[in-house]
Amino acid sequence: MYFKIRRSEYVDIIFAIFGLVVCFAILSIIAILLGDLIISGLPRLTAKFFLSFPSRFPEQAGILSAWVGSLLVIFITAVCAVPIGVCAGIYLEEYAPKNWFTNILEINIANLAGVPSIIYGLLALGLFVYMLNFGESILTGGLTLGLLILPIIIMATRESIRAIPQDIREASYACGATKWQTVRWHVIPYSMGGILTGVIIGVSRAFGETAPLVTIGALTYIAFLPTSPLQPEFPFVSFKWLFDAFTVLPVQMFNWISRPQKGFHINSAAAAVVLMTLSLMMNAIAIYLRFRIRRKIRW
Amino acid sequence: MNGFPGQGSRERLKRKIMIQWTRKKDLAENPLEQSVRVVNYLSSGKSLKEKLIEWVLLFCAVFSVGITISIVVILFWEGLEFFKVVNVFEFLTGRVWTPLFVNPQYGVLPLVVGSLLVTGIAVSIALPIGLIIAIYLSEYAGRRFREIIKPVLELLAAIPTVVYGYFALLFVTPLLQKIIPELSGFNALSPGIVMGIMIVPYVSSISEDAMSSVPMYIKEGSYALGATRFQTAIRVVVPASFSGIAAAFIIGISRAIGETMVVAIAAGMMPNLTLNPLEPVQTFTAYIVQISLGDVPHGTLEYSTIFAVGIVLFFITLGLNVLSFFLARKYRERY
Repeated sequence: MYFKIRRSEYVDIIFAIFGLVVCFAILSIIAILLGDLIISGLPRLTAKFFLSFPSRFPEQAGILSAWVGSLLVIFITAVCAVPIGVCAGIYLEEYAPKNWFTNILEINIANLAGVPSIIYGLLALGLFVYMLNFGESILTGGLTLGLLILPIIIMATRESIRAIPQDIREASYACGATKWQTVRWHVIPYSMGGILTGVIIGVSRAFGETAPLVTIGALTYIAFLPTSPLQPEFPFVSFKWLFDAFTVLPVQMFNWISRPQKGFHINSAAAAVVLMTLSLMMNAIAIYLRFRIRRKIRW
Repeated sequence: MNGFPGQGSRERLKRKIMIQWTRKKDLAENPLEQSVRVVNYLSSGKSLKEKLIEWVLLFCAVFSVGITISIVVILFWEGLEFFKVVNVFEFLTGRVWTPLFVNPQYGVLPLVVGSLLVTGIAVSIALPIGLIIAIYLSEYAGRRFREIIKPVLELLAAIPTVVYGYFALLFVTPLLQKIIPELSGFNALSPGIVMGIMIVPYVSSISEDAMSSVPMYIKEGSYALGATRFQTAIRVVVPASFSGIAAAFIIGISRAIGETMVVAIAAGMMPNLTLNPLEPVQTFTAYIVQISLGDVPHGTLEYSTIFAVGIVLFFITLGLNVLSFFLARKYRERY
C-alpha cells in the first residue's frame, strides 16, 4: 500500500516535469523554425526589396506591389466586415430573443468560423468573380476576406458584451433610457476594447490568408501599382483601383516558394519575415489590449 | 439628441402617456391599475427609430446565415455541371483521379485518402501534445506561468499558414530526408507533422477551457480522498470535461482537413491512392489550389471539378463543426 502511494506520487512529479518539457519543446520548435526563417531571409531585407516589383531575377525582385495590394485589400475587408460584424454581435447579445431562430444563428456562426478558408475562395469565385462580374479585383479580394473574418468579429463582440454586468443596463433603463440609448451610451463604449481586440485579430488573420485569394485568381506577377485613388483632375477621387488586378504578400510568398531556384526561396523567407513581423505585432497588440482591459475593468 | 441622451424621445413618451391616461381615465379609476398600465406601456411601446435600429441589427445577424446559404447554393450551382457528366456513385467510389488527362477519370477516393492521411498524421501529433499541455496548464501550472504561456500559444495560431508551408517544404522535409533517405521531396509526412504543430494551440486552448470549467469542489473531493494531481487530472477532470475535450479534438481534425497552404506547398500535387506517408499525395484543398493556379476557363468541366471537390470538403467539415458545437455546448451547460 505504502509503495503504491509512493509510486503515484512519483508519477505525479514525473508528469509535472513532462508537461513543462512538452510546453517548452513546442515553443523551442517554433523558435528554431523562426530563427531559421530570419537567418535565411534577413540578408534580402533591404529598402530595395520593399520598393521593387517582382522580377525574373531573384536578386532584383521585391514586394512593392504585394504590400500595396495587401494594404488595399485589408482596407476593403475592414470597411465591410467590421460594421456588419459588430452590429450582428450586438443584436445577438442585446436584442435576440431565445428561440429556435437565434439558435440557428448561433450554430451557423460557430460553423462559419470553422469553414475552411478555401471554401470562401470558391464562394467568391462563383459569386463575386463570375456572377456579380467584379473580376479578379481588389474589391473581390477584400469582400472575400471580409466574409472570412466576419465570424471572428461577431464572436469577439459577443464575448466582450457578455462581460458587461446586467446592473449597468438596468441602471441605464432606470434613468429612462431606451434600449438603443442603453446600447449606444453604455454597452458599446464599455465593450469597445474587446471589440477592438477582435477586429485586430480578424484583420491579422485576413492579412496572412492565402488560399481564398489564390482561388479567386490573385495574380502573382504584378509589375504595376493600382490606380491612385486621388486624381489631379475634377472629381479628384477615383474608385478605379477597386477593379484593378492585385497580388498580396502571402500569395507572392507562395509563388516564390513554389519555384525551384534557391534565390527565390531566400526571397520567400524575406517576405515571410515581413509577414510574420506584422501579424505577430498585430496579435501582440490585441493580447496586450485584452490583458489591460481585464486588469483595468473590475465590474 | 441635444442636451443629454434621450431627452427628446422621453418628452415624446411623456406626452403619449398623458394622452393615453386621459383616454383611459374612465376605464380605470383605480390609481394602482393606472400605474400598472403605465409600466406596461413603457415596456412595450417602442419608437420608430428604436424599431428601425433593431431591424438593421437583425439584418446584420441574418447576413451570416446568408453567407452559409450562398456557400451551399454556389457550390451546387457550379458543381451541377460536373454531376451532369459524372455519376455521383462513380465520383465517390472511383479509385483514379485524373481530371486533367486526355481520358479523364473522376474518382475522388485518392483525394479522400490523401486528406485523411495528412490529417491522421497531424492529429496523432496534435492530440496528445495538446492534451498534455492542457492538463499541465489547468492542473499543474501556477497562475503566472499560465498567464504567460497561454498568450504565447495564441500567438502560434496567428502565424500565417503559408509560413508553415515554407517550414514544411524547406526545413522539415530536408531534415527528415537525413533520417529517412528514401523520403521524396514532396510527401505526406512533413506537412502532417508541421500541421500537427500548427493545430496544437487550438486543441490545447479549447481543452484547457473545458478543464478549467470543472468546478473546484469536484477536484477537492478527489484531493480529499488522497489522490495526487495526476490521478485527479486523469480520473476526475478529464472524464468530467470529456465533451469539451472531444469538441477540441474534432475542431482540430476539422482544421487539419480544411488546411490548404501547408499541403499545397509540401505534399505535392499528385493524386495517389496510398497510405504510405513517404510518398507525395494530393488533398482536396491542394487540388483546388492546383486548378486555381492554372488558367481554367469558367464553365468547363475542369472548372466545375473544384466545386464538386469543394462540396465534399464543405460537408465533411460542416459535420465535424456542428458535432463539436453541440459537444462544447454540453459541457458549458453542465457546469
